[in-house]
Amino acid sequence: MNQVMANKKVIFLYVAPALLLVLVLVYIPIVLTGYYGLMKWDGIGEMEFIGLKNYKDLIQDHLFWDSVYHSFLLALFSALSLIGYLMISIILAGNIKGADLLRKIYLIPMLLASVVIAQLWMKIYHPSNGILNHILMKLGVVDPPSWLADPRFTLFAIIIPVIWQYAGFYILIYYAALKNIPEEIVEAAKIDGATPFQIATRIKLPLIKSVIIVTIVLAVVGSLKYFDLIYIMTGGGPNGASEVMASYMYNQAFKGFNFGYASAVGFFLLLICLVATYLIRKLAATGQDTPS
Amino acid sequence: MDTAKPVQTSHREKSLLQIKRLANPVAYGILYSFLIVVAAFQIYPIVWLFLFSLKNNQEIFNTSPFSLPTQPKWENYVKVWIEGNIGQYFFNSVLYTVSAVVLTVLLASMVTFAITRMRWKASQPVLGLFMIGLMIPVHSTLIPLFDTFTKTNLIDSPLSIILSYTAFNLPITIMILLGFYEALPREVEEAAVMDGATIHHIFFRLTLPMTSPVIATTAIINMIYNWNEFVFVNTFISSDTYKTLTVGIQNFIGQYTTDWGAIGATLMISILPILIAFFLLSNRIVEGITAGSVKG
Repeated sequence: MNQVMANKKVIFLYVAPALLLVLVLVYIPIVLTGYYGLMKWDGIGEMEFIGLKNYKDLIQDHLFWDSVYHSFLLALFSALSLIGYLMISIILAGNIKGADLLRKIYLIPMLLASVVIAQLWMKIYHPSNGILNHILMKLGVVDPPSWLADPRFTLFAIIIPVIWQYAGFYILIYYAALKNIPEEIVEAAKIDGATPFQIATRIKLPLIKSVIIVTIVLAVVGSLKYFDLIYIMTGGGPNGASEVMASYMYNQAFKGFNFGYASAVGFFLLLICLVATYLIRKLAATGQDTPS
Repeated sequence: MDTAKPVQTSHREKSLLQIKRLANPVAYGILYSFLIVVAAFQIYPIVWLFLFSLKNNQEIFNTSPFSLPTQPKWENYVKVWIEGNIGQYFFNSVLYTVSAVVLTVLLASMVTFAITRMRWKASQPVLGLFMIGLMIPVHSTLIPLFDTFTKTNLIDSPLSIILSYTAFNLPITIMILLGFYEALPREVEEAAVMDGATIHHIFFRLTLPMTSPVIATTAIINMIYNWNEFVFVNTFISSDTYKTLTVGIQNFIGQYTTDWGAIGATLMISILPILIAFFLLSNRIVEGITAGSVKG
């Protein structure tokens, strides 16, 4: 038994292919990204070593800091939207008729490719023929804005479809977690005279705390590295008004051919994602130590 | 004095009950309409997409966006199907998705088997390496991948896409499999070892069939990610013949900036397979996404 299950050759054969793929296509590239960040490079010609210049430039690049700010704004709104999803899930999990059908309907946008979502919402936001401005004009708004072309609204106009896309996903997770709470606990609270609101906030939420933490990490890190809708709907424009870290990196590389500088941005993005994950987990862990 | 108290409470309870009876249907109604409004918000944009895919520009620009098409213009669908390469994109999407899913699930199963069933010192560090992969943003790897694929002549080839999908989905797949493998009883495998079966026989003939429910779950979650993937194809593929549905329709739509009917029809064709699959497999998909909730 022991001999069979400790056969080194077999272990190597089973682990090596996957490990090789992940090392070559994930780990070596992130090391290379940090390294390319030390180079001046147009992506085609020779690389030229320039030390920390890209990273120093990055610190003074206000366009980059704007994109960091937009990424964090997106993360903030995604995290806040979790409160809404939690409320919906608590209602749904409270023996509502048709809950199963409703949560499946909520999920449908999540199944659509970001290209489809982007194209669809560009039509919804269309200044003269989109449904949004049509409704606004019916409501008496004389000159509704062109949402994606107006720097004041662009970022928010993109946040809405992001929320639309992921709502069903988070509701699904919360719903599953809430349904996992043993009936007896809720019944006991009811007998003790707890109101539905008390049951939700004092009993259900603390019980699914670990799931909530996972979703906060997902929402924040997912937002910090967010790219698809922004790239397709505005390309980061107008004038950088919706630029985020990932789109800034992409534009620097594949539009500006500053591959060295873009690598520095990509490396920074990696660090922010790792630090954000670490901090949220750390905060959650200290929260758990204090008795509630 | 002694009897007064209970009477009072029961009075209070009665009135409380009455309030509850009145309030409950109202509260229930309000909550329910709230849920319905959310459902409408989630589904109406897609209904609207279907409506304008059946209109011509005259209708779109002159009538209310909420109106039904006077006469459904199915020719929009025929037109984009003939003019575009949608069939080819569709085939590519299926090819890449299926190849990557098979490769990912097989390799991830082998790793999970080795980690949970076999004895070796480095198993935990290796598992940790896969798990940290969950947190790495794709964009931080994009330039070196682009560079490496260019140098190895893998750029603009389906292989670069299939391998990238596999590498980036292995961590989440292993993570989902791990929970299932750990809960799976080992007696059958141990008995097989006693009977002198080889490890390959145990893995392929016993373990893989026993894990088929979780294989279905991971396959679905992988399929959704791969089918909708955009950045890799947009960056690595330049030939039209190798593009997937997502990137292909994005470029194809570009030529119809003002023809809403054509754009709508293209988008509808691309989402139809997903919607049909969802109606057939919704329970499995719900399960898959819940299990895969560790990745955004």
